[in-house]
Amino acid sequence: MKQLIQKLTDTFSPSGYENAIRDVIRAEIKGFADELRVDALGNLIARRGRGGRRVMVAAHMDEIGLMATHVDDRGFVRFTGIGGVYPRNLPGGRVRFVNGTRGVIGLDGGVSGNDLPPLEKMFIDAGASSKDDCPIQTGDVAAFERPFLDFGNRLVAKSMDDRIGCAVAIEALRALKSTPNEVYFVFTTQEEVGTRGAQTSAYGIDPEFGFSIDVTGWGDTPGQRDFDIALGKGPAIKIRDGGMLSDPRIVDWMTAAAEKNKIPYQREVLLGGTTDARAMQLVRGGIPVGCVSIPCRYVHSPSEMVDYGDVQNAVKLVLALLRPAVKLQLAGA
Amino acid sequence: MANKAPATGAAQIKSLERLCRAVGVSGGEGEVRQIILDEIRSSVDEVKVDALGNILATKKGRGAKPLRVMLDAHMDEVGFMLVADDGEGLYRFKIIGGIDPRNLAGKQVVVGREHRPGVIGAKPIHLTTADERRKAVAEEVLRIDLGPESKIKVGERGTFAPNFQRVDPSLMSKSLDNRLGVSILIELLRANYPNIDLCAAFTVQEEIGLRGARVAAQFFQPDLAIVMDATPANDLPMQFEGDNVFYNTRLGLGPAIYVSNSSTLDDPRLVHFMQQVAQKAGIPFQIRQPGGGGTDAGGIQRAGAGVPVVSVSVPHRYTHSAMSVARIADWKNTLALLHGAIRQITPALLK
Repeated sequence: MKQLIQKLTDTFSPSGYENAIRDVIRAEIKGFADELRVDALGNLIARRGRGGRRVMVAAHMDEIGLMATHVDDRGFVRFTGIGGVYPRNLPGGRVRFVNGTRGVIGLDGGVSGNDLPPLEKMFIDAGASSKDDCPIQTGDVAAFERPFLDFGNRLVAKSMDDRIGCAVAIEALRALKSTPNEVYFVFTTQEEVGTRGAQTSAYGIDPEFGFSIDVTGWGDTPGQRDFDIALGKGPAIKIRDGGMLSDPRIVDWMTAAAEKNKIPYQREVLLGGTTDARAMQLVRGGIPVGCVSIPCRYVHSPSEMVDYGDVQNAVKLVLALLRPAVKLQLAGA
Repeated sequence: MANKAPATGAAQIKSLERLCRAVGVSGGEGEVRQIILDEIRSSVDEVKVDALGNILATKKGRGAKPLRVMLDAHMDEVGFMLVADDGEGLYRFKIIGGIDPRNLAGKQVVVGREHRPGVIGAKPIHLTTADERRKAVAEEVLRIDLGPESKIKVGERGTFAPNFQRVDPSLMSKSLDNRLGVSILIELLRANYPNIDLCAAFTVQEEIGLRGARVAAQFFQPDLAIVMDATPANDLPMQFEGDNVFYNTRLGLGPAIYVSNSSTLDDPRLVHFMQQVAQKAGIPFQIRQPGGGGTDAGGIQRAGAGVPVVSVSVPHRYTHSAMSVARIADWKNTLALLHGAIRQITPALLK
């Protein structure tokens, strides 16, 4: 599975430009889905099973990135963020544009070492010496570049958010040889800019219920407080986040499956942030949702860290949820 | 069905003038809607006004299942609503849509169906202190003065007074956002496009949250959508030092093709297609700087099971103020680009 994780995180696909990662995922799941299609916003939808309870499982395949706004006469590229880009993580970093061009992020002169400058005071230097020989144009899109690291138990890469969720979904789909349920694994687009792909794919699929698989934050490094999530203690079952209250029936379904199968898990109460489940919940007449979270340190930095045991247990949990016929009482309960 | 190549002559500028002189503040678009209905009735197969007030018109293509292409331009404009009658024809008001309060004091306005003239009063310089003059006057302190004979009621809408002028090579007016786009869509509808089912939406309530576009897209369920709007050009030289690198767009460089803003990531296939069409036809164009702002594309993209979108806008200076400025050439080139693009659309575009 580590190889799969590396392959997914090595791919450059910021929001709206998911072609490359979609091709990678499609190749990985080919032959494992009963039906495979791409919808109008580029979501990759893989169905497994037919005729049972209709459940949607969403993992977003986009990642945060940058977009060029202006190239000056000396060939320096001004940029803006795609998704939640923190200025403090940028200076000295490297980026790779969708067209393959690489660049380093520099700071305007006059910014003191103690300042936290805004994106407007930064530029990308792609090695050009003038506007004419700069291979970047306004509107070109880039993602962060940072090699994958394997510490044994801990894995580090850019775009663990949410390629790790994609990896869990891929492994679960491959292992789900048959299911009495009608399961839609959706690899969604444009999550980082507002859970857009999940909204439209959920509308198209019209599931009875669903959940997302995404990263969550962490509370186990120096100075982190008030968040009971640690790496290595299992996947987290989301109770709430900044944009969604999980349906209590979904939470019960998840915790019961974890306990029955002796899968370690943590209960997640996240105050900020949200996932694709928020968009799914509000589609059409409303859909009961929850989320299987993978604890991840340094989210939205170029070095996001997860625990390999948590990842494997997340796969087990997803399979424990989807293998038996789901007996959730949803309507008129 | 009439089939005329879109034009941008004196008649079209006259029609644009009529649109700009109309008052259509968000939620009260009736006057603009009537002008559009009169203009397009003979060029479309079907037209209706939906529950929110959007104009939804179709022109059917040939063949078994042509691509459904939605074209969208919002009819509404920013303005005010009267919220309290202070007597003697003085009214408190709230801004509808985004207007910088610094742009209010001293402006002529019109209010209500009869376009009653008034003014947002400003305290004369004789009576202000130097300290007062350094600060912007808040919306809450200002009053619209309609005179003691006014029969205007609280709840009525108003906006900056009509002031359209052609001053070559420019057009100047209130509400160029988005009567420029409306006039382009009216002209586009005069031609026939056998390659597609054309679904035209003149939408309401864009300025207060892309509301009309969302339901229009839900109705049409198009395969793709193209939004025409007007976008700020903040292209004046920097006042103090350095180069201006946050201009959004620049006047005279042609239609502005969007790649990204706060509400939308434009579909890369459609962005590329627009650039190709422009390059092949020798039409100048610019990429609107990625950043904030939004167009109806944001509402359309997320409607139903999702719609690939792209926006193309006419650049204009001093957006959402009493008087904006656009270049006639940019308006013409935007129409030319969209006409060329719509004629060349094939299903392969989405493959």
